[in-house]
Amino acid sequence: MNFLNAFIVAGIACFIGQLILDNTKLTPGHLTSLFTVVGAFLGFIGVYEKLISYAGGGATVLISNFGYLLYKGAMTGFQEQGILGLFGGMLATTSVALVSVVVFSFILILIFKPKD
Amino acid sequence: MNKDEYQKLVDQLTPKEKKGKHLFWAFLVGGLMGVLAEAIVVILMECFAVARTDAYQYACLLIILFACFLTALGFFDNWVSKAKAGLILPTTGFAHAVISAGLDYKKDGLITGIGSNFFKLSGSVILYGIISAFFFSVLGVIIYG
Repeated sequence: MNFLNAFIVAGIACFIGQLILDNTKLTPGHLTSLFTVVGAFLGFIGVYEKLISYAGGGATVLISNFGYLLYKGAMTGFQEQGILGLFGGMLATTSVALVSVVVFSFILILIFKPKD
Repeated sequence: MNKDEYQKLVDQLTPKEKKGKHLFWAFLVGGLMGVLAEAIVVILMECFAVARTDAYQYACLLIILFACFLTALGFFDNWVSKAKAGLILPTTGFAHAVISAGLDYKKDGLITGIGSNFFKLSGSVILYGIISAFFFSVLGVIIYG
């Protein structure tokens, strides 16, 4: 049953994204930035946590999860360390995504040639 | 021919893409990415006894690895042009943006090529993600304490 939820939530998010792409002049760059900000906002109003417990991987696979984790990291950091944690904790959980993208991409860029 | 007439002619001659088809593919592929992530999470939890919150991170890691590999091998660009938002909005889009920018500028060298263009396409996600998260967390600290 959880798979169906994951399919529906991720599918609907991508459907909304495609609607925006088709009907406005926004580029994919605008779209991903917009969804990241929306993710942080949904984290702020407490919706994204419920979305994750409902859809599991369907919610964490989206780029909005990046925004949510940034917000959550900053809040957790603040509770542990105060003002310093607000800055220091923000990238704590997202560093998995950031570091893995940087490392894998760099190694593969050195190995592979661009396709023309 | 003035500007309006020209614009009309352009509109007539531009091939019209079927929007419904894109929406269908975006929904299907996006949904399948969600199922894939959930499947990785369930497999990790059942077979390797990983905690659910950690399993989300592993799923993210594996999907990024797949996306980077498939982009480097040259398959992913075609898929993105077909599924569009279905592959741009999941984490795959982020990985794809980083590695394709790096590959495109590889010929300009390590520093001026790869180094300065690495985050060319995905930098906006990181910038606006951090800025918005900062403001929301300051607001959150004020409101929730």
